[in-house]
Amino acid sequence: MALVSPDNRGLRLATRYAVLTIIALIFCFPLVFMIMSSLKPSEQLLLDTASLRAFLPIGDISLDNYSAAFKRAPVGLFVFNSMLVTGVTVVLSLLICSMTAFSIVFLNWRGRDLVLSIILATLIVPFETIAIPMLLLASKLPWIGLDGFTTGWLNTYRVQIVPFIADGLTIYLFVQYFKDLPHELIEASRVEGASWGQIYRRIVMPLAGPVLATAAILKFLAMYNQYLWPLMVVQQEQYRPVMVGLQYFFQLNIAWGEIMAYLSLITVPVLAFYLFLQRAFIASIASTGVKG
Amino acid sequence: MKLFTLSAGAMALTAGMSGAAFAQTELTMWYHGAGNEVESQIINQIVSDFNASQSDWSVTLESFPQAAYNDSVTAGALAGNLPDILDVDGPNMPNWAWSGYMQPLQIDEAKIANFLPGTKGIWDGKLYSIGLWDAAVALVTRQSIIDELGLRTPTLEQPWTQDEFMAALDAAKASGKYDFALDLGTAWTGEWFPYAFSPLLQSFGGDIIDRSSYKSAEGALNGDAANAWGNWWQGLFANGYAQATQDGADRDTGFNTGKYAFSWNGNWAALGTLAAYDDALFLPAPDLGNGPKIGAASWQFGVSASSEHPDGASAFIEFALQDKYLAAFSNGIGLIPATPAAAAMTENYKEGGPLHGFFALSQAQGVLRPVTPGYVVQAKVFEKAAADIANGADVADTLDAAVDEIEADIEKNGGYGH
Repeated sequence: MALVSPDNRGLRLATRYAVLTIIALIFCFPLVFMIMSSLKPSEQLLLDTASLRAFLPIGDISLDNYSAAFKRAPVGLFVFNSMLVTGVTVVLSLLICSMTAFSIVFLNWRGRDLVLSIILATLIVPFETIAIPMLLLASKLPWIGLDGFTTGWLNTYRVQIVPFIADGLTIYLFVQYFKDLPHELIEASRVEGASWGQIYRRIVMPLAGPVLATAAILKFLAMYNQYLWPLMVVQQEQYRPVMVGLQYFFQLNIAWGEIMAYLSLITVPVLAFYLFLQRAFIASIASTGVKG
Repeated sequence: MKLFTLSAGAMALTAGMSGAAFAQTELTMWYHGAGNEVESQIINQIVSDFNASQSDWSVTLESFPQAAYNDSVTAGALAGNLPDILDVDGPNMPNWAWSGYMQPLQIDEAKIANFLPGTKGIWDGKLYSIGLWDAAVALVTRQSIIDELGLRTPTLEQPWTQDEFMAALDAAKASGKYDFALDLGTAWTGEWFPYAFSPLLQSFGGDIIDRSSYKSAEGALNGDAANAWGNWWQGLFANGYAQATQDGADRDTGFNTGKYAFSWNGNWAALGTLAAYDDALFLPAPDLGNGPKIGAASWQFGVSASSEHPDGASAFIEFALQDKYLAAFSNGIGLIPATPAAAAMTENYKEGGPLHGFFALSQAQGVLRPVTPGYVVQAKVFEKAAADIANGADVADTLDAAVDEIEADIEKNGGYGH
């Protein structure tokens, strides 16, 4: 008897799609809940949480929470600050970390294994343990700008960017990816007289699309979700990012509807960024899986 | 030549006027009200009025969201970046003073003689902070519930005894009309626990710490009275009067939608209750044996230790203590104004106003949380112990462990200066 008949193959396909659909719905539920809740008054929102109404646009639906959120906090400013800090950090991080990894993987210099080990060791150090020493350092760092020579980086964009440009995880991702590139390519380029800079720019980086996407997404999420560090180093509203801004909504009487509206608004850039890089991100994960 | 003289004179006058404006020394101020539009408007108005009222000082305000404020101040202190004026939650003040974040206020204490006791932040015999308002907790219910259950309406002079309180809960439970007889607000974690529930422990005769020395919790938090409180507290949950674990939505809307017969809640939620019920009642705390108690002290203004202009900072705080500003805050955000005169200027707290009872409650039953730098740790220890007991932990063992933790912390910090 055939194990796979046309009938049961169709059944299995249907079952597979049903399971996948359920899993997809489970992953979508939080987003749907957030968006639907952002359209409801707080009282209705809280009452609806006890039923499936929480996922449906029913009841007293309006955009009032969005206008109230903009009234309560400078949402646009916070999103701009986060996008600026995140964008600059991601770009610089991709550049610096890929160069570091390139140097470790392709350049033959003494001590590179030790350096890589030290970089990897930083992965096990929780940020919370170094936050206070970093704060003390940041409060005393010198700077030359339009105001001349100043001391202290507090209340600036750079204090939110510079400490996070290089990190062990991003370097590690690049190192792993570069190690799997065919070394014959590099050797052939050297034989042809290409400089290391040219190899980095014209050979390695054009092949690094998937790891660039992965590193960019991970860095983007880490930076966009920053809370503790900006809380410590930024006291002026003009530099506050979105996650600190979220606290504007936690008053004695919590405005849950406005919180959901704010969360919906600040999720848009994250979703857009992910969708933009989604194909390369999945390719990177898939290639990692194949290589085992 | 005449034109030149006139022009020079005009320029000199302009420069002189600018000079007067620039002569104001700048003071910085941090405040916890970001995200609260009404509160921000009032504090901005006070700053604006102060800056216009004199020519010596100019205050610049930076507002923080309340949930992030304490961490911001701690980070600011570490980085040597504190402002001249800051506000502080009353029970945290001793810790900030002891940690060197704050310095005593330079204001005439005669001017705050008639302020509610909970608004005065006194540590080590010195006034470090002063509040424009206080907050209070009441046992919220409805006249129709009291009548239906056949209960006596308690008063400040004659609050419910423990037996009467338990009889009220029994009657509510037996009526079968409510999901639970009592809403204690266990969904609210953090400072709510010590603020709302340690007065119940004090009403039994116990306390978080022995206030005669502030060096030990032995006997206060694990003595007979504390154990009696623990058993009673656990019974509230074990016997189905209240929920040890509560959904946040139930806390926010439960009483106003009829899920509970009674709610232990603060004056900040009272306006919502009044909107839901026209027969809402705000009852005094029951006397559980050692007198009725509720928590006192809310946010207060102080001067940072690093301020080079404590006289200017104190001048601003003294300016802010005017009754009209106390009343404005009360009308704006519903808190209890610090003086009777200010209360009389408000809609809710004036004689006959719907929340007047809270002012009297604050005056008569308000008890400060332990006035010690160690309170910030003790509050968390108490919160954990109360939550554990509510969830069924052994009462004596839990309180003993809490005492050990508090004593270890006091020892580690050299007695916190007591």
